[in-house]
Amino acid sequence: MSSSQESEQAAPRAGLAAMSETMPATALAEPAPRLTTEAGHSSLGGHFDSNSGRLRELWEFRELLYFLAWRDVKVRYKQTALGVVWAIIQPLFTMLIFTFLFGRLASLPSDDVPRPVFYFSGLLPWLYISATVTSGAMSLLSNSNLLTKIYFPRVILPAAAAVSGLIDFVIGSVVLAALVLWYHLPVDGTILLWPVLVVLMTMLSLGVSMFLAALNVKYRDVKYAVPFGIQLWLFITPVIYPTSMVPAKLQWLLALNPAGGIIEAFRHAIAPTHPMPWSLLGISSAVTVAVFVLAYRYFTNTERGFADIM
Amino acid sequence: MNAVVNSIEIDCLCKRFQLGALQGRNLQLREQLLQSLRNPFRRRRAGEWLWALRDVSFSVPRGEVVGIIGRNGAGKSTLLKILSRITYPTSGNIRVRGRVAALLEVGTGFHEELTGRENVYLNGSMLGMKRREIDTHFDAIVDFSGMGQFIDTPIKRYSSGMRLRLGFAVAAHLDPDILIVDEVLAVGDAAFQRKCISAMENLRGGNRTVLFVSHNMAAVENLCSRAVWIETGQVRMDGPARDVMKAYLGTYGGESGTGPGLTFEGRQGNGDIQFTRVEYLSPEGSPCGVVRSGEELLVRLHFHVNREVLYPSFGFRLFTRMGTLLTETNGKHHRLLVQKVEPGDGYLDMHIRNLNLIPERYSFSFWVTSETGTPVYDGDVRSILDIEAADVYGSGRVPESRHGVLYFPQKWRLVTDLDERQSR
Repeated sequence: MSSSQESEQAAPRAGLAAMSETMPATALAEPAPRLTTEAGHSSLGGHFDSNSGRLRELWEFRELLYFLAWRDVKVRYKQTALGVVWAIIQPLFTMLIFTFLFGRLASLPSDDVPRPVFYFSGLLPWLYISATVTSGAMSLLSNSNLLTKIYFPRVILPAAAAVSGLIDFVIGSVVLAALVLWYHLPVDGTILLWPVLVVLMTMLSLGVSMFLAALNVKYRDVKYAVPFGIQLWLFITPVIYPTSMVPAKLQWLLALNPAGGIIEAFRHAIAPTHPMPWSLLGISSAVTVAVFVLAYRYFTNTERGFADIM
Repeated sequence: MNAVVNSIEIDCLCKRFQLGALQGRNLQLREQLLQSLRNPFRRRRAGEWLWALRDVSFSVPRGEVVGIIGRNGAGKSTLLKILSRITYPTSGNIRVRGRVAALLEVGTGFHEELTGRENVYLNGSMLGMKRREIDTHFDAIVDFSGMGQFIDTPIKRYSSGMRLRLGFAVAAHLDPDILIVDEVLAVGDAAFQRKCISAMENLRGGNRTVLFVSHNMAAVENLCSRAVWIETGQVRMDGPARDVMKAYLGTYGGESGTGPGLTFEGRQGNGDIQFTRVEYLSPEGSPCGVVRSGEELLVRLHFHVNREVLYPSFGFRLFTRMGTLLTETNGKHHRLLVQKVEPGDGYLDMHIRNLNLIPERYSFSFWVTSETGTPVYDGDVRSILDIEAADVYGSGRVPESRHGVLYFPQKWRLVTDLDERQSR
């Protein structure tokens, strides 16, 4: 990706020409131009280069994040007859089909969990991840009118996609809770892990979408690769099948796919028929954090040039 | 030592773009991979660089209203985009003190499906307003926009004018220390533009620093005390708005072919007298590159006499672009009785006091005949007259070609029954 490394000097002026810049990602190697402000308190004039500064700036712009997420939610079900019911229909019908296809016809095991609960609890986080990554990867491009007209921390766009998806997730969770009650599942303390898992799931989705969104600005290939990639991702993720189907020695491989450990943990948190797979969750969490940090760094290193190559 | 606080300090700012590959095209990963496979050790060609800004330095004291002028592609917009942090400079320093609001567009981020009310909140938060601020100003914003009854209608049902109104209404309630405005006044209908101008004028009051980019010279003249003229990415001139604009209009006029030149297509006459060239001059006799509404104009028509002629009669017609005759005058109207012209050169000065023309392209047609009209010595020699906009009503609202061809200097006053009763 570092193809835009250039140091040829096209500029005639001594001194200025020494600061060669191309596309922004690589401009950092050069003495970076600085935009400074003395009004650190302001939400608009402030410029923050340090990481803590960026976080403070994000905090300043939290309302914009809220409004963008709110816009996404509002717009998603505008002018639909069923409205927010779609948030239930999608996982519910997919669950029914999975139950019939993979449960009845293919007789895949379900770790002694009632099949509807098994599939639904896997589908819920999976649908969140796939929807967020799909819309997050497009978030910069589809908001290019904003990127070229106003300033705000660019990461807000994929973040808004991640936040707005949580609404559907919460609605789906209510349905899941109803299923759990219906089947009289013996819920134990691991249910408390649920919020932590939601955070991990959000981080993972946001991490992947930050990376893809930034890449998408430069390489439109991403647009075609994402739907395809997500399909493949589903097959290596224990949504349709339980991790226990995989030989124990190889299960850690499955957990390297961070969605794997997280989804497996989601399932165990509500249907504790087996012990919680802590090691898998540990591996997946570590990978999630790594993905998030690396993606965030890639994003912040390239974001300066978004408006130029949009 | 310096008592003036600068809101903006720009120091040796440069910005360059690479032309070609990366711009506006869908860059395929494959191309890049192929390229690096073919030539693993060669770096990509330096390509061609476009210096959008080169070595730009100036500072703006707090409270000053500065107009940025320049032709298309001069770098004005790049400068504004850097100041509003949408894009980053290649080199150089910028210091900005205070809260910046950049209006590069009216109604940024409006979403078709959302209602006016929802879009006010969305747009406001994009421009940096807090939700509480929007709550406080909401009624005033709706009032300003005049969209009261449509505020809960999705804006996809709005006309473009209504959207603009709503967008500007939000912008007018921003309270930044530094306001950056790009061409927003170039749109909207007359009544609304007037509202915008007065909103802008109110901004001038406080300690607010305003940077205003526009092609509308009259608006710049009306609003700004200082102007910076950017040309090919560099500051060409920086000073009092009036002076900079004068210089700018002078140069611009010359380049764009506004300057007079005679065209001889369709020329008539026997050639005893021939027009050679025409000059548009200020009353003092210096050439004016651009002729603006309401200005005085001295038309100096040069001619060459080939053969002695008795009692020639000069005149001109002025046509609109569409070919409508606006006026025709000849020497007799001005008691210009020429007994005789002898072979050689000469010129005729026609001093027009008040060009009450609306900005458009007009054309002169000059002629010279004998006293009786025949024979024609020279006829229908044309010269283009481009009239540029000026703030002729002193309101910042410039008449445009859709307002007709003429304007009249005028003053308005409204009297109602109420006033009558009060004065009694």
